[in-house]
Amino acid sequence: MYSEKVMDHFQNPRNVGEIENASGVGTVGNAKCGDIMRMYLDIDDNGIIQDVKFKTFGCGAAVATSSMATELVKGKSIQQALEVTNKAVMEALDGLPPVKVHCSLLAEEAIHAALWDYAEKHGIKIEGLSKPKTDISEGEEEEEY
Amino acid sequence: MKKTIYLDNAATTKTSLAVVEAMLPYFSEFYGNASTVYSLGNESKRAMNEARDNIAAVLGAKSEEIYFTAGGSESDNWALKATAEAYKSKGNHIITSKIEHHAILHTCEWLEKQGFEVTYLDVDENGKVRPEDLKNAIRPTTILISVMFANNEIGTIEPIREIGEIAHENGILFHTDAVQAFGQVPINVDELHIDMLSASGHKLNGPKGIGFLYIRKGVKIRSFVHGGAQERKRRAGTENIPGIVGLGVAAKYAAESMQERTAKEIELRDYLIKRIMDEVPHTKLNGHPQDRLPNNANFCFRFIEGESLLIMLDMEGICGSSGSACTSGSLDPSHVLLAIGLPHEIAHGSLRLTLSEETTKEDIDFTVDKIKDIVAKLRSMSPLYEDFVKKSEK
Repeated sequence: MYSEKVMDHFQNPRNVGEIENASGVGTVGNAKCGDIMRMYLDIDDNGIIQDVKFKTFGCGAAVATSSMATELVKGKSIQQALEVTNKAVMEALDGLPPVKVHCSLLAEEAIHAALWDYAEKHGIKIEGLSKPKTDISEGEEEEEY
Repeated sequence: MKKTIYLDNAATTKTSLAVVEAMLPYFSEFYGNASTVYSLGNESKRAMNEARDNIAAVLGAKSEEIYFTAGGSESDNWALKATAEAYKSKGNHIITSKIEHHAILHTCEWLEKQGFEVTYLDVDENGKVRPEDLKNAIRPTTILISVMFANNEIGTIEPIREIGEIAHENGILFHTDAVQAFGQVPINVDELHIDMLSASGHKLNGPKGIGFLYIRKGVKIRSFVHGGAQERKRRAGTENIPGIVGLGVAAKYAAESMQERTAKEIELRDYLIKRIMDEVPHTKLNGHPQDRLPNNANFCFRFIEGESLLIMLDMEGICGSSGSACTSGSLDPSHVLLAIGLPHEIAHGSLRLTLSEETTKEDIDFTVDKIKDIVAKLRSMSPLYEDFVKKSEK
C-alpha cells in the first residue's frame, strides 16, 4: 500500500520529539478525523530553521509526511520553508495512496502554523503566510480508562 | 521468513486441510452438474444433499430450509430485500440495530430509498440491544426484525432468544446475521425463535464464496436470483458443489469440536484480555466482558491511532484489525465503536484480535509484549499523549 520511502519514514521517523522554548509551535488536524500534527521550530536570528521536531497522532502516512516535512525544512530559511508544499512532501516520499493525500496537506499546514506562531511571538509579518486554520478539537473531557 | 501470528479470524479463516481434501474430488472427478440425470451428476447432488443435511442438523432445522448462497452479504441482502417485497402489503417497517454489518445497514438504507421505514436500535455501552427498546419500536406495520447474533467487531452476543420471543409474540419475522456466530456458539433456530439466519463458509475454516440462508418453512420469500430451478427455484445458478461440500464439512466439524475448541479459545482470550488490561495503561476493553464470542478481544488504546499500530504489528508478523478511520476508507471510525458511546479520538485507537484453535499461549505472550512496546512508542510521538501528560503534571 505504501512506498518504501513512506515505510522507512514511518518505521524510522526523523526528528521526533519536542523543542523546549521553541521559536514557533504549530498544531493542526483534528482528533475526530484521526490525525493531529504538532511541529516545533527553532529559528535563529538570521531566520534560518536550525532545528525542527514533530509529534503526530495518526496513520502511517501521517507519521511519514510529518517526518519528511521536518527533513525538508531543516536548515532552510523561512521563505524556503514556506515553499515546502504538500506536493513536495508527497514527491519526496515517492507518492501516497489517494486516500492519504490529506495527510500531506496536514504536514504543509503544520509548517505554516509553526511559522505563524513564530511570527506572532516576534511581532513580524511573513510574506505569503496567512493565519492557519486551528481546528484541533478541544474541550472534550475524556474519561479515564 | 518471520512466523505469522494470525489473529484476524473474524476477517477470514484458514481453510482447513480436511475441508480442502473433501472439496478436491468435486472439481475434476465429480464435476457433473447436479441438475442432470446421469450418475456423474448424481454424485454432485448426493454430496450437496449431505452438506445440506449436515448444516440443518447443526441448527436444528430441516434440510429443505437451507438455501446455499455466495456468502454472508448475499444472504443478508436476500433476507431483507425479499422479505420486504413479499410482506409489503402487510407493512413497510423494519427494525434493526446500529451495530449491524454493512451488508445489513446498507441494504436497509437502500430499502429506505424504496419507501420502507427502518428503525435503527441503539445499543448499550457493551453493544447489547435492549429488549425494551425493541418492544417500544414495534409498530402495527413492522414486518421484520433483523438483529445480528454476535457483533463482528466487538464480539458482543446479542440477547437473541429474547428478541426472537418478542418478534414472535408480535407476529413479526425475525432474521439474524449469524456470520460471526455460526460454528462458534450453539444455535437452535426453534429454541431461539429464528425465522431466517445468514452464515458464511470462510468464517469457520470453510471456503470463501459460499454461504447459506436458513429460511423457516412457511416464510414467504421471493426468488433472489431468477433463472433455473436450483435451490427450490429461489436462487438460480449451477450450484458451487465444491464450495457447498466444503461448507458442509466445516459446519459439521465446527459443531462437533465446538465445546472443546471454544473452551480453549475462551481461556486464551481471557488471558490476552487480562494481560493487556493489566500491562497497558489507558486501555479500554470493548464489548461485553462475558457475553462475547469465544475468540474475540477488542481494545482501545488511548492517544494512538489504529492503522499505525496495525502496520507495526505486521512488521512483527502479527495480523490484527482496527476500526480506525484509516482502515475504514472514510474519515469516521467504526460505526460500532461510536454506537457504544466512544468518542472519535478513542475509537481511532482500536485493535481487534480474533483467535483460532491454532493460537497458542506463546503467540499471545509474544503479541502482548509487542503491543506494549508499540503502544509505548506511538504514545511517545503522540501530541495527544504529550498534552495528557502535561495536564496530569499540573
